[in-house]
Amino acid sequence: MNGEQHPLAVPVYKTLLEVLREDLHLTGTKHGCELGECGACTVLVDGEPVLSCLALPIELEGREILTIEGLMEGGRPHPLQSAFAEMGAVQCGYCTPGIVLSAKALLDRNPMPTRQEIAEALSGNLCRCTGYIQILDAVERAGARMRERRS
Amino acid sequence: MAFEIIGKPLPKIDALPKCTGETRYADDLQLPRMLYAKILRSPHAHARIRRIDVSRARALPGVYAVITGRDLPTRFGILPVSQDEEALCAEKVRFVGDPVAAVAATDEWIAEEALRLIDVEYELLPALLTLEEALRESSVRIHDYGDGPNIHKMISLEFGDVEEGFAQADYVREDIFFYAGSTHLPLEQHAAVAQYGPDGKLTLWSSTQTPHYVHRALAKVLGLPPSHIRVIATPVGGGFGGKSDPFSHEIVVAKLAMLTGRPVKITLTREEVFYVHRGRHPVLMWIKTGVRRDGTIMAMHVRSFLDGGAYGSYGVVTAYYTGALQTVTYKIPRYKFEGVRVFTNKPPCGPKRGHGTPQPRFALEVHLDKIAEDLELDPIEMRRRQIVEAPSLTVNWLRISSCGLRACIDRVVEASGFREKFRRLPFGHGVGFACSTYLSGAGLPIYWNDMPHSGVQIKIDRGGGVTVFCGSTDIGQGSDSILAYIVAEVLGILPEDIRVVTADTDLTPVDLGSYSSRVTVMTGNAAVEAAEKLRRLLFRAAAERLDVPEEQLMARARRIFDQADPERGLDFAEAAQLAEARFGTLGAVGSYKPPKSPGRYKGAGVGPSPSYSYSACVIQVRVDPETGFVQVEKVWIAHDVGRVINPRLVEGQIHGSVYMGLGEALMEEQTFRSRLGLHKAPSMLDYKSPTPLEMPEVECFLIETDDPNGPFGAKEAGQGPLLPVPPAVANAVYDAIGVRVDELPITPEKILKGLEDKARGGSGRVGPKSIPSLAWPEPIRVEPPPEWRDVPTRSS
Ligand code: FES
Ligand code: FES
Repeated sequence: MNGEQHPLAVPVYKTLLEVLREDLHLTGTKHGCELGECGACTVLVDGEPVLSCLALPIELEGREILTIEGLMEGGRPHPLQSAFAEMGAVQCGYCTPGIVLSAKALLDRNPMPTRQEIAEALSGNLCRCTGYIQILDAVERAGARMRERRS
Repeated sequence: MAFEIIGKPLPKIDALPKCTGETRYADDLQLPRMLYAKILRSPHAHARIRRIDVSRARALPGVYAVITGRDLPTRFGILPVSQDEEALCAEKVRFVGDPVAAVAATDEWIAEEALRLIDVEYELLPALLTLEEALRESSVRIHDYGDGPNIHKMISLEFGDVEEGFAQADYVREDIFFYAGSTHLPLEQHAAVAQYGPDGKLTLWSSTQTPHYVHRALAKVLGLPPSHIRVIATPVGGGFGGKSDPFSHEIVVAKLAMLTGRPVKITLTREEVFYVHRGRHPVLMWIKTGVRRDGTIMAMHVRSFLDGGAYGSYGVVTAYYTGALQTVTYKIPRYKFEGVRVFTNKPPCGPKRGHGTPQPRFALEVHLDKIAEDLELDPIEMRRRQIVEAPSLTVNWLRISSCGLRACIDRVVEASGFREKFRRLPFGHGVGFACSTYLSGAGLPIYWNDMPHSGVQIKIDRGGGVTVFCGSTDIGQGSDSILAYIVAEVLGILPEDIRVVTADTDLTPVDLGSYSSRVTVMTGNAAVEAAEKLRRLLFRAAAERLDVPEEQLMARARRIFDQADPERGLDFAEAAQLAEARFGTLGAVGSYKPPKSPGRYKGAGVGPSPSYSYSACVIQVRVDPETGFVQVEKVWIAHDVGRVINPRLVEGQIHGSVYMGLGEALMEEQTFRSRLGLHKAPSMLDYKSPTPLEMPEVECFLIETDDPNGPFGAKEAGQGPLLPVPPAVANAVYDAIGVRVDELPITPEKILKGLEDKARGGSGRVGPKSIPSLAWPEPIRVEPPPEWRDVPTRSS
């Protein structure tokens, strides 16, 4: 979990979302439905977006889980986090952790996505505030910065 | 004057913590020994409660308290005139989802199990699920108050003689429209945590837009002195009006905390959020306008029928709003408004972004489009020629202080190439146009009082740090950041030097809440006042030290210096220390109350505002005649925001408004099963809303008019830009395929129905055909302001 090992004993019926929020106190992962419909609870499992409200920890033994709390690098915001803050992509912020992580999975897989590809990658994440435009702008900007950094 | 902070696309002060997961929303709070609450809700739309037996639930291990309506008998409601809600229903339930009992237990599973053990015996009553039914079945009463059987409120107002106006018109047209109800669907489900200390003090953390009104409701229902109650609005994960009422669950957790002596948390499920609702009222509308041959409006008569759902909520205000703002866009010399809000056995409606004005705006702007076509007039020019003047008073006594609508229209018409496209694109492609107006805060508070609507307190630390205290609630619109920008501008420091403490009834001066687009204007003015007081002290101290006249000083970039000789100056922190030594502890307050409105008639309280924002919008669509599917290709929208405090935030508000307007225009609708009153789609999957894939490109134009009542001239941006979107879509659909869908949402089925009707030789119109006949009360006849008393008659 975010680069740390967590031996945990939890009831088998608890979802990953519940274990993250209630047992590990990682409340950065949000929930808007707990039915797999909104994307707010997205975390990365081995780099792939997973809806934590539908995942059971017992199925994830030994896998690498990244939540929004694990995204900062050495106390510095990830390029996606700074781009979201700069571009107005965060209004109420409730969708933000899930969207940032979905975007990270996309950029790790495809460093130079088109706007359409970004929209497709985020189509499972609802945002009621922004109309998505500044979110797409932010992902584009973060992508550009990450490419610059690599070269 | 050039600004340092105002007008810059700075990040919000709370944006990064929201990106790192650090921000604590209500459901993120965990307190030691905390219990979890669940509410049992009625499965019936209308029923009498015969008996409730909670003994089995109480006996369940892990259950700490079970309460029913008997424990909370005092009624409440947001408006003093509609105190019709119970935190838990004692005798009667009025919609599926009405709260009946509540449980506090060690965890949510036990609480849910306990709910299953509560036995309620209901006696079913006939459920009235449509407006027509509720008006017809007068023997069944949902409430025992109001202006008639199942009639919550009836309004009839006439300004000038409309019949005389119609008689003088060359052309009179009537239309009927329907705007479906929709819900806010905030991403965060409502949540609240209550704690009751041995000192008899209650603290409630809640995802609310209106902590001040929650404070009042808690005091009333719980019977505690208000001074012993502290309400803290946690960062709100989306509101849009849906978290503006005091809610049953807030009162219930507070009561449970008092009974158990332990903190109690409640988080609504998504399904509960759909039932708790308070969203857009479904409104049926009739509109009649008389015009001269050139389109000049001579008189207008509007009727609206609001399906209010089971409780009052903000409904009386909503009903007035469906008739108040028509006059603020175009010059209307004679105006009559009749409105009725009806109770039905469905989740209560309330304020949603635009509060009662998107519905009549849709009707008005489509109606004007039809009139322009009938008279073969350019729909843009017809509107443009009769825009209101500023300053002026409307026929219903609303004061317009600034209006940038002409500039808005010109920008979008030019950028979109509207004139080259209108009625000229190939079949299936079309453009539509609409304008709108919204208020920057209501002129009157919700309960009558003479106190400020907004207060700000500022303190300066010896290190130069500044803390701003204000009761306002950041619901994502950026109100905390706006406070920081404004104070930074006045004091000449940077937003990052400022800590903003908001929405805590113990710590912060009252602000009435995040509703009616009031926050930037009202808290902004209060913040300017407080900051200017402090700047005077700093300048006085600095002037003495620097030996420069005060008037010559300037505050900028964390320095206070001589404008004539910028080298001669002091650090902000140094100036603060000098001022503290000279004047004592540094603090100042500012407050704001809107200017008094000149309207003096019953109903004049709804509509006045310190200022009105204006928007104009062009939308281009592609309609697939095979599937009926409407694709919005592009949106051009201009918004007169008075002054841009932060362009990125203003554009974000416009994007969000356009998004929500498109959802309401094309897909969003609260629908219920007939007879049962069950929500047909209480999930985010079934309740359709636009995803990133449906969101078109939006080109924004920000128009500045420097409003005299706004902080730095600013007006609202959070709600107004939604309003022109649905009518612009409807007008564009007509331009594309010649079908008038006078009923929102414009679904593929309705488009296909219109096309079929056209193919069979019909008009292709889809929409309501009649309005219920009602005995309207005699109108209150209001003498218009002097400038409208002598209105031009038929041109001679
Ligand atoms: S909470 Fe998991 S998808 Fe909504
Ligand atoms: S920012 Fe509020 S839901 Fe996305």
